Amino acid sequence: MIDPIFLAEAAVNGILLGGVLALLALGLNLIFGVIDIVWIAYVDLVMLCMYLVYFLVQVYGWPVWAGGLAAVALGAALGIAVHLLIISPILGSAPINQLLATGGLLFFLQSFATFLWTTDHRSVRLSLPSYDLGGIFLPLTRVIPFAISILALVALYLFLTRTFVGTAIRAVSQDREAMGLMGANPHRIYLVTSAVGGLMAGLAGALLIFLYSVHPFFGGQLGPLTFMICVLGGLGNMVGAFVASFIMSEIISIAGVLWSTEMGYVIAFVVFIVMIFVRPGGILARRG
Amino acid sequence: MRRALVPVLAALLALAPLVPMAGMKQYVLHVMIQILIWSFIGGAWSLMGRFGLVSLGHGAFLGLGAYATVLLWNFWAWSPWLGGAVAVVLTAILAAVVAYPCSRFQVVGHYFGLVTLAVGEVIRLLIIAERDWTGGSLGVSLKPVGSDSLWALQFADKRVFYYGALALWLAGLWVWHRVDRSMARSAMEAIGEDETAAASVGIHVTRFKIAITVLSAALTAVGGVAYAQYIAYVNPDTLAGIGVSLRIVFAVVLGGMYSLLGPAVGAALTIALSEWLRIAFGLKLIGMAETIYGFLLVVFIIFLPAGIVGSAGGLLRGGPRYGPPHPPELVAPRRSRGAPR
Repeated sequence: MIDPIFLAEAAVNGILLGGVLALLALGLNLIFGVIDIVWIAYVDLVMLCMYLVYFLVQVYGWPVWAGGLAAVALGAALGIAVHLLIISPILGSAPINQLLATGGLLFFLQSFATFLWTTDHRSVRLSLPSYDLGGIFLPLTRVIPFAISILALVALYLFLTRTFVGTAIRAVSQDREAMGLMGANPHRIYLVTSAVGGLMAGLAGALLIFLYSVHPFFGGQLGPLTFMICVLGGLGNMVGAFVASFIMSEIISIAGVLWSTEMGYVIAFVVFIVMIFVRPGGILARRG
Repeated sequence: MRRALVPVLAALLALAPLVPMAGMKQYVLHVMIQILIWSFIGGAWSLMGRFGLVSLGHGAFLGLGAYATVLLWNFWAWSPWLGGAVAVVLTAILAAVVAYPCSRFQVVGHYFGLVTLAVGEVIRLLIIAERDWTGGSLGVSLKPVGSDSLWALQFADKRVFYYGALALWLAGLWVWHRVDRSMARSAMEAIGEDETAAASVGIHVTRFKIAITVLSAALTAVGGVAYAQYIAYVNPDTLAGIGVSLRIVFAVVLGGMYSLLGPAVGAALTIALSEWLRIAFGLKLIGMAETIYGFLLVVFIIFLPAGIVGSAGGLLRGGPRYGPPHPPELVAPRRSRGAPR
């Protein structure tokens, strides 16, 4: 029998991981909801940003915050580049072509990273103190990313609800034809959305590099999970994606302690498959 | 003239091993065997893909077929004929288990793609997690018998595999043709356009969708068995998961999803391209070949949205004979969501 304290620690770790996962899922969900295209290569953009932080901080000796800011800027630039170079030429194509174009980007980024940086695992380790909460080990290297994620999510929420551009983004996700009739330019909204989505990827990368080591195939590790979270929460449903992030990270964390890491993912995916049948509109959708 | 295309092509391919190619022969045959097997698998995928059922999890069916056969042979010495049959039945059951709720609850479009993607990942991770049996991510080799054996489906001579793969590919074309000529095609096209309308004119939506998914998955498993027997080694990353699933879809969409020979053209092109890049770069600049491959895939998708056969066919014949009923964007509605909320 496993000591309950391990389970409690796994649960706490799950919450801490869930914050960063939510960042990823909400960035992808925003693009998904507004442009209606799945960026299969989304987590591979995160991978590039992780490499940037690694090189700036570990190799060139930049302070951590500056490396993080650079990663956020790179993420936003990548979001814009992906939209302009790949998505906008095929906005009118069949959905499968749009999906495959970003799938090709996935192969491209993974192999290019292999070519530039080989398949070595690289990580940035910070020596920060840990707290002991009644036997539960609480490392500050996990608490700070969690806190930054939550702050960023609050900022995203305020951006989407309190600013004019944010309101326009939400309007397009509800009905793009009507928005065009109202005189808004959907293409500009798409561009802003891609930039914000990329920015979230950059921030997630800047935080994840302190939790995981980065390698060219990092995208395959968290990518599928991120898509599942988006669908589980309901496409375009931000609160749903937020809740779904924590459900998935708890499953992975606790099942990882009880069985193995792979089984944690297997159970999470099976839960996803079952949930999509039980609640096809997302966990928070009202049954109509 | 078009009627004669496939027999002529088949005859030409049948003669290929007789052409003197000096030292290149083994290698050329190896590449052609791979092209034939992946054409067959791509054809199996397109059976459902052309009706808007875009599966991103065919790696699951491929991997299940290949692993079940190899493990049954390695542990219990079941002949691949028997093990392969068991593997195909297992895959068909898995496909039915996935397809039933998908059809029942109208999981279509992006949702269908992501559910199948999850299925593919589940199979890949299960293979890795059960490493005592499956060798984990290192993969597992087929136990050799040491001599040519029809019982074990192992041959030293590549020509045997070549003719086997050719026969398999032709059989796949025959199945595709039968489906294309059947009532099921009209029914599936109607379902792909509008499920509710199709149901209202008496088409049994669930039954047709499950049938085409099971057929596609079972054929994919057969392809997996053939590939495993030929390569004699299985690995979760090359036979299950997103990577291989995307490669299958790529080849088909690149060749042309709605035509008989589209998957073959796509498979030939992608395999020839990756082999050529692999040789061109060799052991220097590791990763460069795949980088160019990924880049070219993106370019092809952007500039040839209807696939090679689709784009060329329209020009040559003044209109495709095997065409989509409508332009692709109408086949799968852009804003396809799950069940009405």
